[in-house]
Amino acid sequence: MTEDRRNEQQRHPWGEFFIESAIKTCGFSAIIFVVLIFSFLFREGAPAFWSVSPSNLFGTRWYPTFGLYGTLPLILGSLLVTVGAVIIALPLGVATAIFVGEVAPHWLREVLKPLIEVLAGIPSVVLGFLGMVALSPLVRQYLHMPTGLTAFTGAVLLAYMSLPTIVSVAEDAIDAVPKEYRDAAYALGATHWQTIWRVVLPAAKSGVIVAVMLGIGRAIGETMTVMMVTGNAARMPLEWNALFMPVRTMTATIAAEMGEVAQGSTHYHVLFAVGIILFVITFIINAVASLVIIRGGPKRGGRLLG
Amino acid sequence: MTEQAKFLIENLTFYYDSGPPALRNINLTIYPHEILVIFGPALSGKSTLLRLLNRLNDLVYDTRMEGRILLDGEDIYAPGVNVTELRRQVGMVFALPIPLPTTIRGNVTYGPRLAGERNRARLDELTEQSLRAAALWDEVKDRLDEPANALSGGQQQRLCLARVLALQPEVILLDNPTSGLDPLSTAKVEASLQTLKRDYTIVMVPHSVQQAARIADRAAFLLSGELIEHNIAAELFTRPQDKRTEDYITGRFG
Ligand SMILES: Nc1ncnc2c1ncn2[C@@H]1O[C@H](COP(=O)(O)OP(=O)(O)OP(=O)(O)O)[C@@H](O)[C@H]1O
Ligand SMILES: [Mg+2]
Repeated sequence: MTEDRRNEQQRHPWGEFFIESAIKTCGFSAIIFVVLIFSFLFREGAPAFWSVSPSNLFGTRWYPTFGLYGTLPLILGSLLVTVGAVIIALPLGVATAIFVGEVAPHWLREVLKPLIEVLAGIPSVVLGFLGMVALSPLVRQYLHMPTGLTAFTGAVLLAYMSLPTIVSVAEDAIDAVPKEYRDAAYALGATHWQTIWRVVLPAAKSGVIVAVMLGIGRAIGETMTVMMVTGNAARMPLEWNALFMPVRTMTATIAAEMGEVAQGSTHYHVLFAVGIILFVITFIINAVASLVIIRGGPKRGGRLLG
Repeated sequence: MTEQAKFLIENLTFYYDSGPPALRNINLTIYPHEILVIFGPALSGKSTLLRLLNRLNDLVYDTRMEGRILLDGEDIYAPGVNVTELRRQVGMVFALPIPLPTTIRGNVTYGPRLAGERNRARLDELTEQSLRAAALWDEVKDRLDEPANALSGGQQQRLCLARVLALQPEVILLDNPTSGLDPLSTAKVEASLQTLKRDYTIVMVPHSVQQAARIADRAAFLLSGELIEHNIAAELFTRPQDKRTEDYITGRFG
């Protein structure tokens, strides 16, 4: 065995060397790209933090033409749409995963699983379009709003977009719970539902959390859909019914304004600063998710997620 | 004789999907307060028989059963039987100890809480009682609220036994409960079974013929889904009636 491998290596010393360096190059370039993106983002965004006063930058009014760069409405807009999406997607996604993994008969599972994967492939522009022409009129009509382009409309579409991720990752985690867990619960007199709720879900907990986090990650970074359906009004979403009013998110602001801004202007730097803020928020969410997973039991997390 | 039978298995034949039957025309009586050992080579249907006694095979799709199984004279497969109630009455311990993803205490009180027991004092009492009966109390009494995963394999298996005892069942089914245990833990589990049979009826699939002979009051030999013979253990292991039983016991098999 070892003899064979040594012969092999002697016969192809160059091939071996070539493949190894190619793989190394790929690995390192991935790291270098990340570092480059980082430094670019910070180089372009950092000037905003000293050329615009903090009270202006974190103020409540976003009117770049008048030199007002309050990012708070954008941050809150993003959070509102994302939180709304999570509130809709979390129960739906986990319930669907439970249905697919634990309740549906075998044949139905085989149909549903690929269908859900297909959902993930729908381009976000198409979804945004659907939201504009199909969903937003419904929102306007049934909620008696002046416009159907609201945070809620965006949240529903984002929830819909993150569902396939949540469902398929959560279903994998549920599927990875050993059959013996279920047997053990049933043998203790648990019903089907009690087994799912008190044994299968807790055992799959870290996987389900990861599923939701991946779903949120998709939602908060999404641009096209929210730009098309949230109305893009940079206002503080503080009223009780803010969810049903137009908002503007960080991603939509960057996407909409970056094209028309003069390179090197204050506005330009502020847009990058918004990018930095978005990055920091995403980073915090991911860090919290990792912490939750580690706390939730490294053994289980390790086994369920490989 | 029949009145005092705990389980009465009559003409039991059982099929998984469409293949040949996993069990063929089994007739067996299980008496209270004794250890019945069901032994035989791999895939002879021992687990299948055990899982039929608390209807755990209900969860497997596409099965077919003929014959009857009576518990205290009642057909457990009759329509309208409360399966959850049955499983509380007939507890089961598996080969692999699977602690539920919670604390030691949470594992023991899991069954009673499912059954609706909420009283803290009563739950604590049950916890201590069950852990003592499973010979685990002294090792874990100071860390009841630690995760059950932290226990050693032997402790986990005794925890699974305690978990079943906390349901206060009448019958305990054990499917090869010592398969993953070291000799010392095995001895502890076997010793607690000897004590437990005073209060319970015990049906066990053993790890080996030696273990069967060590702990059985009565033994049943299964081969390819057929019950070859069953008898008082002292008789069966010293004077087997059937040639195949003798071959298997003496290791001249296959
Ligand atoms: N869930 C199942 N689905 C289909 N066939 C099964 C299932 N479980 C067991 N069988 C089949 O039933 C037969 C008896 O299996 P069983 O597990 O009862 O044997 P066993 O005596 O417990 O074996 P072992 O000593 O390996 O535990 C085997 O042929 C097995 O393949
Ligand atoms: Mg078995």
